[in-house]
Amino acid sequence: MPTLWIKNARVIDPAIKRDGPGDLFISDGKLVTSLSAAAKKRAKKIDAAGLVACPGLVDIHVHFREPGQTHKETIATGSRAAAAGGFTTVVSMPNTSPPADNVGTIQFIHDAVRRDAVVKVLPTGCITVGLKGLALAPIGSLKRAGVVAITDDGECVQSNELMRRACEYAKMFGLPLMDHCQDASMTQGSVMNEGVTSTRLGLRGWPHAAEDVIVARNTILAELTGAHIHLQHISSRHSVDIIRRAKARGVPITAEATPHHLALTDNLLAGYDTNFKMNPPLRTEADRRALLAGLRDGTLDCISTDHAPHTDYEKDKEFDYAPNGILGLETALAVVLETLVRRSRFKLARVIDLMTRQPARVLGLPAGTLAPGAPADLCLFDSAETWTYDAKAGFSKSSNSPWHGRTLTGRVKTTIVDGRVVFANSHIAER
Amino acid sequence: MPWTRRHLLTLEELTLAEINQIHATTDAFKRTLTRSVKKVPVLRGKTIVNLFLEPSTRTRMAFDMAAKRLSADVISLDAATSSTTKGETLRDTAENIQALQADMLVIRHAAAGSPLYLSRILRIPVINAGDGAHEHPTQGLLDTFTMKEHLGDLRGRKIVILGDILFSRVARSNIHALTKMGAAVTLVGPSTLVPHWFTALGVSVSHDLKSALADAEVVMLLRIQHERQASGHFPSLGEYTSMFGLNKTRASWLNPKAIIMHPGPINRGVEIDSELADGDRSVILEQVTNGIAVRMAALYLCAGGQPENVMPTE
Repeated sequence: MPTLWIKNARVIDPAIKRDGPGDLFISDGKLVTSLSAAAKKRAKKIDAAGLVACPGLVDIHVHFREPGQTHKETIATGSRAAAAGGFTTVVSMPNTSPPADNVGTIQFIHDAVRRDAVVKVLPTGCITVGLKGLALAPIGSLKRAGVVAITDDGECVQSNELMRRACEYAKMFGLPLMDHCQDASMTQGSVMNEGVTSTRLGLRGWPHAAEDVIVARNTILAELTGAHIHLQHISSRHSVDIIRRAKARGVPITAEATPHHLALTDNLLAGYDTNFKMNPPLRTEADRRALLAGLRDGTLDCISTDHAPHTDYEKDKEFDYAPNGILGLETALAVVLETLVRRSRFKLARVIDLMTRQPARVLGLPAGTLAPGAPADLCLFDSAETWTYDAKAGFSKSSNSPWHGRTLTGRVKTTIVDGRVVFANSHIAER
Repeated sequence: MPWTRRHLLTLEELTLAEINQIHATTDAFKRTLTRSVKKVPVLRGKTIVNLFLEPSTRTRMAFDMAAKRLSADVISLDAATSSTTKGETLRDTAENIQALQADMLVIRHAAAGSPLYLSRILRIPVINAGDGAHEHPTQGLLDTFTMKEHLGDLRGRKIVILGDILFSRVARSNIHALTKMGAAVTLVGPSTLVPHWFTALGVSVSHDLKSALADAEVVMLLRIQHERQASGHFPSLGEYTSMFGLNKTRASWLNPKAIIMHPGPINRGVEIDSELADGDRSVILEQVTNGIAVRMAALYLCAGGQPENVMPTE
């Protein structure tokens, strides 16, 4: 493993309150405070002048589609998209085919990650068997197999009783639950936010209330059981308010927002472009602003992408029939820099915190810091470089992105995992 | 001003001038319909495909009839005879129709936005014959044409649309046309089927039938589907009729000269008393007849015809 000397960077690591010019030293895959003169001499030097060096980004919400839907994405392609986006640790969702509700599937994912991944991919397991919401999955065995959380993402456990038992049971193992908050009875056939735009377009509406009632339910169950529930991709301003109040009472909940819910609103669906179709749907400007406020005051803990690849031919359909979901990994940093830093005056260090230390903290992952001794997972980026995103030329196997063809500002230059350069000069360094 | 559009997708995107152009062209074609030889040769040699992926009788027959009156060749496909039942995508079906040298595609589809989607894929003109709960532009055009025949200028006229507005493409197309024409539109029905969001489209929303109907010059009824009962939008058809059905007493609240409209198919005894549907204030069958002329105008203009060139020959 090479010794690395990253020179002249602006080093930002909120976890150790570091923000300023400096060098970083990497030896044996770990960050170290300094190198010996001899080691310095033979170290591979990376000139990071003009770049920010931060902990490798952490995304606790991605869909890598393996096993079973490898026409959309694989652990190989998804992890390359992650590396290209500056992510060094990602948490994959269990709605694969078959769903990751059993030890065998988790083992299969571990094997594929070991064989194919260029970043750290940590699997989650299902809360219920087959994501059906009827019976608990073997949560203890899943924990033993190495899942970092349980979730029925894509589905939401509708039974309050079963969710309560899942909370009690998972708490025994210290395993967080991640929930996609959606009351299914209120969203039958829905394809976009319920409001003026859905009314104009004649599309079936998904009211924010369907998220709010489950967010409220989950805060109540987390308080009752003491289990940690992480609320996925919050989209509604009312949900932000519910979470804020619950956190003030000390309820063990955390929550995330996606770059697309922070940047985009439902009026963008006017052209029925299925690359703006995801679940939960884009909402209104008032909701978007509430999400920003929630991130600002800590009501929302972190940013996650919900990277959800689908092929061109699956997305190229009548709006009602196209699947939900968009890519996120390769555009997340640029979109967040634009939306939070340049348009909403978040401090750069704060944004990096929301994409590194905070998501790692939510699930207790050993990631998200440049502290000496930590794994040398890094992202070097140019916050001012302007580039045009061509989703078809990206590293994901799919290209379903609303940012396809758009000019973005802020570009990842180098990604390092355990001291190894995995992405540099727009290329993946193959293993 | 020449007609420049190749597609007819929505009334929301049309200007008032364009709506008036279509109405003027409709008027010219309507005069040909009462002749002994009803055919005009303007689309001779053109092939129009009617792709109706959702059930329809009136609209489909009117498009068929209109194409034939214009001397076009016409082929109609429905969901059962198209390859969509074999899993072919809409894109592939439409590209095949284009490859078969069709000159124009008329599409009826359950999914909102499908005509717009096809208009971006195909080189040939696309006419929307109803897309989900979005728009039904030729219905909106024939409805407003019929209103103009009876009322003249629609500016300031009080028009009520009554029934299931939420799921209605007819309501949306009429709302866009009528607001551009300056009419005062009120939507009426149960609050579950007439959400307040509609006020953003420039219309009023009311759940009080009496005040809404008072002195209205047009009442347009929409079909009430019993499926909405199962989805909890109202308790029963009986309760709907008792609260919002148009009967003789309620019709007496209207302006004495008011007309009663319905895009069909009618549920007699549910949204409207049978007697009123057949009564002398009902223009329901006139709407159907005007539906032919409106579709002739739409096909003719989108095929490249100009309003002033409608020179029907016997």
